Amino acid sequence: MKTESVLEKVLAAGHLAVTSECGPPRGAVPEKIREKADILRGYVDAINVTDNQTAVVRMSSFAACLIIKQMGLEPILQMVTRDRNRLAMQSDIIGAYSHGINTMLCLSGDHPCFGDHPMAANVYDLDSIQFIQMVRKMRDEGKFQGGDDILNPPKMFIGAAANPFADPFELRVPRLAKKVKAGADFIQTQCVYNVEKFEKWMEGVRERGLHEKISILAGVTPMKSVGMARYMKNKVPGMDVPDELVKRISGVPKDKQAEEGIKICVETIEHLREVDGVRGFHIMAIEWEQKVPEIVERAGLYPRPKI
Amino acid sequence: MITAERKPLDEIIDYIKPFSRILLVGCNECVTVCAAGGRKEVGLLSSALQMAFMKEGKVLDVKELTLERQCDPEYVEELVPLIDQVDAVVSMACGCGVQEVAKRFKEKPVFPAVNTKFMGASERQGVWAERCQGCGDCVLGMTGGICPVARCSKRLLNGPCGGSSNGKCEINPEVDCAWQLIWDRLKSLGIEKTYEEIVPAKDWRTSRDGGPRKIIREDLA
Amino acid sequence: MDTFEPVIVAFCCHYCAYTAADMAGTMRYSYPPNVYIIRVPCSGKVDALHIMKAFQKGADGVYVAGCLEGDCHFKTGNIKAAHMVAYLKGLLDEIGIGAERLEMFTMSAGMGERFARIATDFTERIRKLGPNPAKAGSDKTDKVAVG
Repeated sequence: MKTESVLEKVLAAGHLAVTSECGPPRGAVPEKIREKADILRGYVDAINVTDNQTAVVRMSSFAACLIIKQMGLEPILQMVTRDRNRLAMQSDIIGAYSHGINTMLCLSGDHPCFGDHPMAANVYDLDSIQFIQMVRKMRDEGKFQGGDDILNPPKMFIGAAANPFADPFELRVPRLAKKVKAGADFIQTQCVYNVEKFEKWMEGVRERGLHEKISILAGVTPMKSVGMARYMKNKVPGMDVPDELVKRISGVPKDKQAEEGIKICVETIEHLREVDGVRGFHIMAIEWEQKVPEIVERAGLYPRPKI
Repeated sequence: MITAERKPLDEIIDYIKPFSRILLVGCNECVTVCAAGGRKEVGLLSSALQMAFMKEGKVLDVKELTLERQCDPEYVEELVPLIDQVDAVVSMACGCGVQEVAKRFKEKPVFPAVNTKFMGASERQGVWAERCQGCGDCVLGMTGGICPVARCSKRLLNGPCGGSSNGKCEINPEVDCAWQLIWDRLKSLGIEKTYEEIVPAKDWRTSRDGGPRKIIREDLA
Repeated sequence: MDTFEPVIVAFCCHYCAYTAADMAGTMRYSYPPNVYIIRVPCSGKVDALHIMKAFQKGADGVYVAGCLEGDCHFKTGNIKAAHMVAYLKGLLDEIGIGAERLEMFTMSAGMGERFARIATDFTERIRKLGPNPAKAGSDKTDKVAVG
């Protein structure tokens, strides 16, 4: 084992891992995080805590992770390179690790133009791949990015994101290879709606044996309504929602659309768990955390292994 | 070239409101090419400012001069015979030119008439686009001649991010994804294998992050 | 305001509008004497500065008359002129002179009637707008100076 991470242990034991996420509140309301995390208790192995997602200011991921940790749950510290330079990132990593946070997800982050502070300077001192390299160096070599030794280096289980649906498609496997080479331990993918394209990507992943070097958790997000499906299809960059899916949801009455969305999500998980190289699921129920237990149960991923 | 765009008239007028005699100085270099502050733009702005003053029942005396290069002290000297005849200077050069004039004439207020934008190239008549950030450590040799520092919205050295769609950047469908361009170029050069070499974290000291920069050529200095 | 006679400067392309003005005369279409015609070899040859100076020196309205689209003797002079006019309209708005005091028109050499109608309509437009505000302002200065 490289780390104390529960996620690492679950994966090492050969189980399908299940993670979900909590978006921190837009204010000093720690009870909101507790509420969201409580819903997930027992149904997931670890909980991602987003870092100013979509470039909108929220409670810091680190602080929200700490609250979750204090509840006896396992947080995954998400961190983006958009808002911090390498000094700030490394000090936050040491800080988080000092509080027992041992799993993180390294991202570049949405551009500030999407958020509530489009006038902010975007930092991008590092990109996500250099970020992964830095965290690995801290863990495996016990050295800061600048080269100095770290006292009690933070042992982080290192996650990264992959979007099999972005362009150019032919670069999506090579880019994953770069993240593997940089030292990522696990991947959480963009929400999978286009199962066919995802499988094609996985084929490329397997061809290069990358699935043996990194644990891939397929991302899924239940659709609440046909409106959401259309929004995801047309407005969210890098999202691939096939027409048939939109048609399927629009084909049921409005009050049944949420249920249809859950059904599609469960079917997707059931399908993808058979795909060679898929090691688990990352269920992103955006502001719909209360549905995660149901999805986990119906997809046959419950109970979670006791590690 | 360094590109620039004229400031809103209101802002320029606000600067010069207290004065009645100004020297409007253009530059024959970059700002002429990007039609922001050459002789022609000096003439137009001069006329516009005079009319704006006339409208208010005031008179503005404008002396116009376009220097060969406003960022060069040698040429800024040409302003000496005129400087005593004016209350203030308005410069249509990039920020470098404005500062040279301000440095030379310490007792005269100097105002910028353009916003200096970026180092870019002309895409077609009337269109300029950013190409270089002056990071001080050129990576173009690794990236097929397309700069990710200047042209990727997140300046990723190991792109593209997940927001690349149909060759365009997620921030704006008008913006090319730099990494799509890099990838296409690497392929046409037959060196796509180099893509998988990780570009290490950049040393930003050579860029603005290391503080104001200076070049000293001992052989010329 | 009753006595206000606008001064209109019309930059007319030699190949179309200028000939159309002649045609208007031959065909006995009358147009207001307020319009001062300046013959140019092509509407694309009209410089932005010419227009600004016209306003600065007291014109109440200015228009550029070029060939119909596709008919320019120099291929795209008229299109360039239209772009330049659109840009200057913005500038005139910015300084409070008003974009509506400047216009671009196109016509062919044979359109004597169109020339006369445009000259008449534009003069009426400017008459309604009143004097060029820059001129009005400088009149004020003169008075102050005198008084």
